[in-house]
Amino acid sequence: MTQPAANCPNCGAKIVFQWSSSVQTVCAYCKSILVRTDVDLKRVGQVADLPPDSSPIQLNTEGIYRNKAFVVIGRILYEYEQGGWNEWHAMMSDGTSAWLSDAQDEYAVSFAARAANLPPEGKLAVGQQYTWNNERYTLSVITPANYRGVEGELPFQYWDKTRVTFADLRSESGKFATLDYSDAEPALYLGEAVEFDDLKLKNLRQFEGW
Amino acid sequence: MSAGPPSPPRPGPQQQPATPQVKALDCPKCGAAIVLRTFGKAETVVCDSCHSILDAQDPKLKILQTFQAAVGEAPPLIPLGRRGKLRGVDYEVIGFQRRSTEVEGIRYIWHEYVLFNPYKGFRYLTEYHGHWNDVSPCKMLPTPVLSVPPKASYLGETYKHFQTCTAMTGFVVGEFPWQVRVGETAEVTDFVSPPRVLSSEKSENEVTWSIGEYTYGSEVWKAFNLPGDPPQAMGVYENQPAPVHESVSGVWAAFAAFALALLVLMIGFAVMISGNKEVFRASYAVDRNTFKGETSFVTDVFELGDRTCNVEVETSTDLNNNWIYLNYALINQDTGQAWDFGREVSYYYGRDSDGPWTEGSRNDSVVVPSVPPGHYYLRIEPEPPQGFQHIGYSVRVVRDVSVFSIYGLAFLALLLPAAALTWRRLNFERLRWAESDHPMVTTGSSEDD
Repeated sequence: MTQPAANCPNCGAKIVFQWSSSVQTVCAYCKSILVRTDVDLKRVGQVADLPPDSSPIQLNTEGIYRNKAFVVIGRILYEYEQGGWNEWHAMMSDGTSAWLSDAQDEYAVSFAARAANLPPEGKLAVGQQYTWNNERYTLSVITPANYRGVEGELPFQYWDKTRVTFADLRSESGKFATLDYSDAEPALYLGEAVEFDDLKLKNLRQFEGW
Repeated sequence: MSAGPPSPPRPGPQQQPATPQVKALDCPKCGAAIVLRTFGKAETVVCDSCHSILDAQDPKLKILQTFQAAVGEAPPLIPLGRRGKLRGVDYEVIGFQRRSTEVEGIRYIWHEYVLFNPYKGFRYLTEYHGHWNDVSPCKMLPTPVLSVPPKASYLGETYKHFQTCTAMTGFVVGEFPWQVRVGETAEVTDFVSPPRVLSSEKSENEVTWSIGEYTYGSEVWKAFNLPGDPPQAMGVYENQPAPVHESVSGVWAAFAAFALALLVLMIGFAVMISGNKEVFRASYAVDRNTFKGETSFVTDVFELGDRTCNVEVETSTDLNNNWIYLNYALINQDTGQAWDFGREVSYYYGRDSDGPWTEGSRNDSVVVPSVPPGHYYLRIEPEPPQGFQHIGYSVRVVRDVSVFSIYGLAFLALLLPAAALTWRRLNFERLRWAESDHPMVTTGSSEDD
């Protein structure tokens, strides 16, 4: 796996991409949001100070999902009515990218999926049912959220967001789906709720007194 | 891209905002210390002194609601800040709420404790009249099962609808991972499959499911190292496991197995041993004219096979409103071993205002168990009543009789525990469901308690 290196156009700090397909990263030093172009890195913005974070996961946290090792290389932080939550961007050992969401210490692993005819945001209602990949999902909650910041590497550009609507769906067999209305076209993520212990996480944040 | 300017020290990805800590802040209303234990995960925190519900996400702890706590509001049984180990994981008690519901004019009150571990998240303990439940959010969506009364299926287990009620929050203290408010209501539905309970909580825009497991107060006390004894559990709780360990169906299965074994044994003996073999028969009589007080006599010798068996001695008489007492001795001619037994045979009959009646029987039978093989004879000494005329009787000796009463006793011995267990379980279930939306209907016998 290539690890293209470059320098931050803002502060000159060395920028190392852990995942070759990353489109965006944040300079760990000056917090500039950097987008990869064909030739270099373009600074598109600056991450405001992130709120104190309570997730036990952090960049470089390692774990195992379905017998594949992964390492956390980035995240998107959202806030909603019930607090904040992280969508941790994980690089799987097979080169694919996954999302490890951590909302109130409830964990789920999901992958970007393609499906036709995703419902538009205005048509969402709790209790609706959709079938994707032969699995029937029931919409359990619609969450209006605020984009709060990003960190590390992401597989797409994601920085000029404000309000974002999410719809969470669950299937009877424990599968989990999220509809992400960040962009004009809804994005679908399919995955499942996971147990913290099953991920065998390493490099976790330390909590004082615990 | 060429080599850039001298780079600053390589920024390690570990360079993170300062580790969050247990924060100590002051209540904006009364100035009392507010301890935050969830590293920023709580939504609301409640001041223990002035009962202000504060925005835990706001650095200034904006006041969201204040409420009046009732005088004599009982403090949490597990104090806030106490840590304990539940199923191998350390949890800290961070919040406590009292909720209640009203059913047919009666208010039912229970308590919920919010537990926190920074890695494992939130967990809950609920307590109602000394009954505890260890509750965590459902990872999967339970499936409704269409039936009357309704059921729900979760992880392959079917839960029966127990109750739907409106739960009102009446008192809160500490931290909560949601926007808690006093006076807020939610529709709570419980489905039970002891020792588990599946609960849904429906608020305006969300349905959340949780799964609870019945936990004994003593376990909670041990987990949190609490002084004294837990409050006594009152009554039978909705998902309380039945106190008897064996399952009722298991006991009946064992009963069926034993009963079958008994039947096989019974038939086996009956078939293998060509039973009811007559070895001796003779008829005698006592007559007033020939009876001379001492009338003991012995019978002819008869042989009892090649193995130990039981022996039935049958007496048949021609008694008419009379009785006779017969002293028997079964004597082994080879060893002299004797079995002595006396039999009274009496038979009366007549007619009164209620019609004909009889009492006693003309015939008698007795079984002598475990008689070794050998040559035997009977010594018989009849004792007729005073003033008798003539009593005829015949004696018959049969070996290898099937003693069904023994099987019957064994059968009863098997049946009783199973029946008792079933009765206890039914009674337990009746008490359990008495508190539900679907009380058991007892038909027939009226059990007033």
